[in-house]
Amino acid sequence: MLFALQRLSALILAPLVVGHLVVILYAVRGGLTAGEILARTQGSPLWGGFYGLFAVAVAVHAPIGLRTVLREWTPLPDRLIDPVLLVFAALLLGLGLRAVYAVTGGGA
Amino acid sequence: MPDSSTSHDKTLQVRIWRGRDDGAFHAYRIPARDNQTVLDVVTEVQRRHEPALAYRFACRVGVCGSCAMTVNGVPRWTCRTHVSKVSGDGAITIEPLRNMPRIKDLATDMSGFIDKWGEAGTVFKGSATRHDPPARIDPQSKKRRRADAGIECINCAVCYAACDVVAWNPAYQGPAALNRAWTMVNDERHAQRKETLRAATGPQGCSACHSQGNCTRACPIGLNPSESVAGLKRLSLLSLIGME
Amino acid sequence: MIGPNRNHKAYWAFLGHRLSGIALALFLPLHFLALGLALESAAALDAMLVFTDLPLVKAAEWGLVVLLAVHMAFGLRLLALEFLPWPASGDARTALIAAGAGGALVVGLIFLAGVI
Repeated sequence: MLFALQRLSALILAPLVVGHLVVILYAVRGGLTAGEILARTQGSPLWGGFYGLFAVAVAVHAPIGLRTVLREWTPLPDRLIDPVLLVFAALLLGLGLRAVYAVTGGGA
Repeated sequence: MPDSSTSHDKTLQVRIWRGRDDGAFHAYRIPARDNQTVLDVVTEVQRRHEPALAYRFACRVGVCGSCAMTVNGVPRWTCRTHVSKVSGDGAITIEPLRNMPRIKDLATDMSGFIDKWGEAGTVFKGSATRHDPPARIDPQSKKRRRADAGIECINCAVCYAACDVVAWNPAYQGPAALNRAWTMVNDERHAQRKETLRAATGPQGCSACHSQGNCTRACPIGLNPSESVAGLKRLSLLSLIGME
Repeated sequence: MIGPNRNHKAYWAFLGHRLSGIALALFLPLHFLALGLALESAAALDAMLVFTDLPLVKAAEWGLVVLLAVHMAFGLRLLALEFLPWPASGDARTALIAAGAGGALVVGLIFLAGVI
């Protein structure tokens, strides 16, 4: 099941990452300022949707990946790894959606 | 055994693992010869220097897979490994195969490896009886060609020894068992395809493979367990959406 | 450290994918916290962005951008290996490894061109 979720989230993330890289490469030209970013993203349901989906997919993909790494490369037992990663997933989801709202929410 | 030509009185430095887990490398020096295989080396050490050295071999001609050991860090069939190919600086290190408990010196306990073979759903169950005519399978059919590509495995455990995931995750079924499961899943005569799929696509089955490819690189007869495992992964995902 | 058993393309692809994944996963909470500064004010975010103008930080950003591109490229290769039929030669799409690494470096170059 986790295996399937990992593949599914990867499929969703692929085009989102391409989009994000394009955004990064475009935005860093000539320096980054909050004003420039927020002027484009604030109050935009498009950016909100794009990065909101990104945050959810990443909150699924990254912890599952880390779980495998911890199980294979550390002596920690599953009963420690699983809850820790659930917390990490919640952290990523919470912080991620908060960041998406910070940059795309409202309309100041 | 008659001395074959010795190359300019050169000698070969050999380090061989002696003992079990708490053992040590013992060093031997034997004449370097033309056309010397690593199995020749081990045999010479046992006959002339260390009578108590334990190792396995059978056919000596690259067919049975019994002589598999780790040579300079790589698992191989020692009867098919020429010393000249692996001893860059006139020295070779020989250890037992990785990922299996050590019995003594170069011999390992392969029962865990064989048990996993069964765990992956690889026991054939036919549905026909002796009174039925033989099954008519088209040898050119996609399924049969897929099965044929992996069917020649002789359980030598070289791929299993090469696999890092087995080393990191002792419960992982491993490339040989999964390769076998793939051939079963593609065998039209196998009456328990669903059970085999379930056994081979669990968390300790194909899902644990990372496609590192050590197995395919190591297989002495050119099988491709990576591809077989990828096929199982595809089937496991397709079955989730009801397409298999 | 890589060892003779592991010194081949498919293994490097695995290592690249795993190590880049670890780095990115560890970076993400920091990234989200930084962006979340916009909740306070644009000025708070600007203060953070000025910090990222430091050469060392810019270099780290370059590294992360390249690692993201690497992780995606090697991940796409895995999806290809698992969903698409393998080539008849049994080759594990090793050509995609060099292509992916090269593509990631190109992305890195474009990033550098934009910030220098």
